[in-house]
Amino acid sequence: MTAEIAGTPAATVATPGSTEEVAEVVRDAAGGGLALVVRGAGTRQDWALPPQRLDLILETSRLCGLVEHAAGNLVAVVRAGTPLRQVQEALRPAGQQLALDEPLPGATIGGTVAVNASGPRRMLYGTVRDLLIGVTVVRADGVVAKAGGKVVKNVAGYDLGKLVAGSYGTLGVVTECAFRLHPLPAARRFVSVRLDGPDDAARALSAVLGAQVVPSALEIDTDPLTVTALVEGVPAGVAQRAADLEKLLGAGATSTEAPPDGWGSYPWGPGDVGIKLTSALSRVPYLLTAAGVTAQLHDVALHIRGSAGTGVLYAGLPGDTDPGSVVGVVSDLRAATRAGAGHCVVLTAPAAIRSRVDVWGHVDGLDLMRRVKEQFDPLGILAPGRFVGGI
Amino acid sequence: MTIDGLAARLRGFLKPEQVLTDRQQLRTYECDGLTHYRVVPAVVVLPRTAQECADTVRACAEAGVPFVARGSGTGLSGGALPHADGALIVTSQLRAIREVAPQDERAVVEPGVINLQVSRAAAPHGYYYAPDPSSQQICSIGGNVAENSGGAHCLKYGFTTNHVTGVEIVTPDGDLVRLGGRAPDTPGYDLLGAFVGSEGTLGIATEVTVRLVRLPETVRTLLAAFPGTDQAGAATSAIIAAGVVPAAVEMMDALAIEAAEAAVHCGYPGGAGAVLIVELDGPRAEVEAQFAAVEAFCREHGAFEIRIAADDAERALFWKGRKSAFAAVGRISPDYIVQDGVIPRTALPRVLTRIAELAHEHGVRVANVFHAGDGNLHPLVLFDETVPGQAERAEAVSGAILDICVEHGGSITGEHGVGVDKAKHLPSMYSAADLDTMQLVRCAFDPRGLSNPGKIFPTPRLCGEVPGRHKGTHPLHQPGIAEVF
Repeated sequence: MTAEIAGTPAATVATPGSTEEVAEVVRDAAGGGLALVVRGAGTRQDWALPPQRLDLILETSRLCGLVEHAAGNLVAVVRAGTPLRQVQEALRPAGQQLALDEPLPGATIGGTVAVNASGPRRMLYGTVRDLLIGVTVVRADGVVAKAGGKVVKNVAGYDLGKLVAGSYGTLGVVTECAFRLHPLPAARRFVSVRLDGPDDAARALSAVLGAQVVPSALEIDTDPLTVTALVEGVPAGVAQRAADLEKLLGAGATSTEAPPDGWGSYPWGPGDVGIKLTSALSRVPYLLTAAGVTAQLHDVALHIRGSAGTGVLYAGLPGDTDPGSVVGVVSDLRAATRAGAGHCVVLTAPAAIRSRVDVWGHVDGLDLMRRVKEQFDPLGILAPGRFVGGI
Repeated sequence: MTIDGLAARLRGFLKPEQVLTDRQQLRTYECDGLTHYRVVPAVVVLPRTAQECADTVRACAEAGVPFVARGSGTGLSGGALPHADGALIVTSQLRAIREVAPQDERAVVEPGVINLQVSRAAAPHGYYYAPDPSSQQICSIGGNVAENSGGAHCLKYGFTTNHVTGVEIVTPDGDLVRLGGRAPDTPGYDLLGAFVGSEGTLGIATEVTVRLVRLPETVRTLLAAFPGTDQAGAATSAIIAAGVVPAAVEMMDALAIEAAEAAVHCGYPGGAGAVLIVELDGPRAEVEAQFAAVEAFCREHGAFEIRIAADDAERALFWKGRKSAFAAVGRISPDYIVQDGVIPRTALPRVLTRIAELAHEHGVRVANVFHAGDGNLHPLVLFDETVPGQAERAEAVSGAILDICVEHGGSITGEHGVGVDKAKHLPSMYSAADLDTMQLVRCAFDPRGLSNPGKIFPTPRLCGEVPGRHKGTHPLHQPGIAEVF
């Protein structure tokens, strides 16, 4: 890989092979006041803002593999550089899984934790913050610290795992993670229905949410307009629940064992604009309608896909969309998410567009966040400027 | 400022009955659920709004007076133990359920609202609030947030932290700040995640937004009697290994059963060395298939009697024995210590053997109640305070049980919290660097250590510089500050 992050070049690339070696690298960087960014598979280095300063890239490629898989306790400890897929392969023979989806193939555990990435099955299993039960972090001063542990139920001390999940590498370098695991379901079924407009989608979503099918995922895709529910469990249960879903979703609903096209992937490709939209559950249909209106108004190809069952949607725009139009669309989407008590974050965009939009938008509690950053990284050497409020 | 000065200032914006300084009245608040720690607070404050709570905290901060938040006072680790020279801020006047929004799968409540009331308010809509600590009839949501409370059903549904999506808090400076919200994945650091379970050391929650979960279509519960805990433990392992995720798996040993029978006449099968309560919930077809498998696993591992709850009344009877177990041991022992530790579930047989040996060595009895599915043990160490030396021996056994939990890779607390009671045990789980790192969060929120001081951490960290001093710029090239104090 190249020695740059989102267009910012770095003088050095370090590839430590253990937590102790990471600590050495970070201590040296702190001593020299060097700014560093951690890189796993590099699938999301175009996300958020580019680092304001960059001297050193700390690659996790040698921090790889499972440290421990306690199958009887449904717990695994994994090194940060391990690709998520590799973790799943290692757990499969025991009939277990780390219940995290992989929206971008190849992503590592560390990167997934750093951005708190999630996919369709967050509806049943939650996200990184819900599954991460222990973490080993190298602090900005090179001190190695652990929090949590290897048991799911544990309220001893502060839950630093929550703090590092979604912190974009700005608080410390995560080297090992302990996760709660789940059994692999014996059967699963995807039930999809094509719909004519947002009103139909609203009815379909509300029918599923109000029923007793307990979906693992409830997804919407606007191109073409489709609602899909996933049920997982024992074969007899899944068959019955899929049949219930077909009735709930009405004429034209189809049930398949394989996921539909695009399932769990972001509705954009490399070089495009990718936006995350969140909202209160009941405002999802409004958000979809508002997105349709703004797309028409600005004459852009806005593609939305995501977890309508939890209020987390993703929107994609072609990378060659006029930057002024993107600014307008983001502004409209931000207003629409705000009306639903949610947020609109531009995850990725070409440089020309990124420089013209407020990527993170308004964030509550920013003063406290800055105070946390100052405590963990007083010299500002960890991914400076990538995060909310210039953190 | 003196306490008298603080009280006078508080009376400037609160009604006289909201500020208590009369010694007799203060004594009402001298302990929480862990009654052998008692401290009379200097002043008790009963705010009726979030703003009054914030103004109270600000007044404390400006006076340099420590403050402790208290909900219903049911905590079992002394987390709400007052500070002798401080204010106790009681949330019992903040009892409004502001909103039940089933269409958003959320409810918005004030911190003094009782846990069970949330589920009751949501039930007509077909929803409930999942975390169900045994004290749910009296414990407050604010206290649940502080302690990250669990309950019998957290095996499947998770803890308070998985069911709170937003809070409004008063920071230790007296500012009202919102963390998280009604929608998921609020951008920025997950300060909500850090706040839940921080035992009142990062501020006071004044409003809580919780997830509501759809009431399950079907609930099936069985009670299985085994010759001993080893067989019941093996059945539990078989259930989990088969990929079943029960809503709850609870175990009681012979002594705990004896106590429950004496107290509530729950009618558990006679002669059982252990009983297991297994509950499955969810879609009917799913539950029926798995319930048959659970029953088979219990028989396979030696269950000599299995009862299946025919209706809600019978299910309630199964649970009555379990939920009353702590108080019930009062029937068979004049005094007892409720312990709370966690082990990897697979270590259960070894750990129970060790606990039995330990009890024998020290001449005390230990009754065992567990959330067997997630390895959360609640050993009840029985003793008689009137017998010289027994209290000390019971205390020694109780502490040694925590060491055994840590030796087996577990935790010193699964749901009761560290509080004042277990602060001395925390270093057995975490290194000095680990504890130092956790306290960086404390320093960010509360550099002067005024919010519930003396809880969780055995040694407070000196926070050094006042946060915010470097806002906007980083003193990167200032020489000699690579080490931070």
